[in-house]
Amino acid sequence: MATVYIPTHFRRLTGGQSKVTVDAADINSLLGALDEQYPGIAERLLDGDGEVKRFVNVFVNNDEIRTLQGMATPVGENDKISIVPAMAGGAVLRRRS
Amino acid sequence: MARLNRDQLLALARREITEISPQALQQRTAAGESFTLIDIRERDEFMLGHIPDAEFIPRGFLELQIEQAVFDRTAPVVIYCAGGVRSVLAARNLKEMGYENVYSLSGGFSGWVNAGYEFTVPTVLNDEQRIRYSRHTLLPELREAGQIKLLESKVLLIGAGGLGSPAAMYLAAAGVGTLGIVDFDDVDVSNLQRQLLHGTKDVGRPKVESAADRLHDINPDVNVVAYREPITSVNALDIIKDYDVVLNGSDNFPTRYLVNDACHFLGKPLVDASIFMFEGQVTVYQPAVPELGIEGGPCYRCLYPDPPPPGEVPSCAEAGVLGVLPGIVGSLQAVEAIKLLVGFGEPLVGRLLMIDTLDQSFRTLSIHRDPNCPLCGSQPTVTKLIDYEQFCGLPSNNGHEPVLAIG
Repeated sequence: MATVYIPTHFRRLTGGQSKVTVDAADINSLLGALDEQYPGIAERLLDGDGEVKRFVNVFVNNDEIRTLQGMATPVGENDKISIVPAMAGGAVLRRRS
Repeated sequence: MARLNRDQLLALARREITEISPQALQQRTAAGESFTLIDIRERDEFMLGHIPDAEFIPRGFLELQIEQAVFDRTAPVVIYCAGGVRSVLAARNLKEMGYENVYSLSGGFSGWVNAGYEFTVPTVLNDEQRIRYSRHTLLPELREAGQIKLLESKVLLIGAGGLGSPAAMYLAAAGVGTLGIVDFDDVDVSNLQRQLLHGTKDVGRPKVESAADRLHDINPDVNVVAYREPITSVNALDIIKDYDVVLNGSDNFPTRYLVNDACHFLGKPLVDASIFMFEGQVTVYQPAVPELGIEGGPCYRCLYPDPPPPGEVPSCAEAGVLGVLPGIVGSLQAVEAIKLLVGFGEPLVGRLLMIDTLDQSFRTLSIHRDPNCPLCGSQPTVTKLIDYEQFCGLPSNNGHEPVLAIG
């Protein structure tokens, strides 16, 4: 089972867990399995084309999947997957009207 | 044991070591040979002038400190004093320590100057500074030369809030000569849980003013330049151009993209960090500067080509932040700035440090330059500063209205 590090933003979807384990062969199936276990994650992570949103990075161990094989990047038993969304800090900004 | 007088000892030493003339040293250096020059005179002699790039190790400390200056026993080392006498005896001791290619400069510093070669009058720490920075100058990575570099350096802090507070205080204490601070906010009671630059008595004051007071109290050597204005596409290049390193402590996406782009255009290293609840990220965006042989690494846009739509990523103002967290993350930014300024260690270029204070984990992920990056890729589409509020899907203010808080 691969270990997935859940960023703070998504922890309300995982019942507060910062690390979860998922059994999957590649990133595509891993994110699918993750969304089945914790509904709502895929919507936060993926765009309309099923690709990882451009303000989120997914790493297998130390490397970002766009530098590997993207959604088809294989995932091994002991791999560590990190989901890293952009963070800004404190300001509350108004939505463009 | 043979009894030697001073002249006999010198004659013996001269037979055992090789002397090099200023002319030969100059010619061999010009021909591409590399020598480590060690100036073994007393401090007051060194302060009046020395050969450029010479390392200062007074005679009394030579054997104790030479291994920090010259690790490789086969490296060519030239020892010099004022006239070439003390250096003969000193070189003999280094030979005894196993240094195979030690030379004594014949005629010493006087010979060098009389031959008409260039010399440098060093900037040195004054008596108060030597005590103040003694724990720095003891470190082989800094020594006095590194401390002087800090005193001559300029760092710009974007924001005097959670991240800017510890970063500015440590950089001031470290003796960074000029600290620029951009922040147009006033101190609010809700800032005090994490923004240690400001105290209860400062509530209602402009942050740049209370920051300047605190920093001058820590270290009167530091020149604080206050910019009580928002950083915008209009003023960013003008403000940033005079600084050596920029520390980003901003709290919103438009400012992050703006500062990233401006630092890229000016070739300035950007120590970036962000925090949220219990989590932090730190990295260094080092633009490529081919003229200086700097290869550079990824930029913010390589990592995050598009900003999240407004509202998709919650802010600290909505979700909260552990007050200690910016203390840790901002301090790490200060470490990176000092390393970049002095030039030691490995900067966090191409590496993203992830900090989670809940399980107290520090993890480093590799990040790469994106060849298709709109800013630093091979065919850039962002070639000047743009309207960043619009880019982030926020009401456009043409860079004039201070709608962006920093904290």
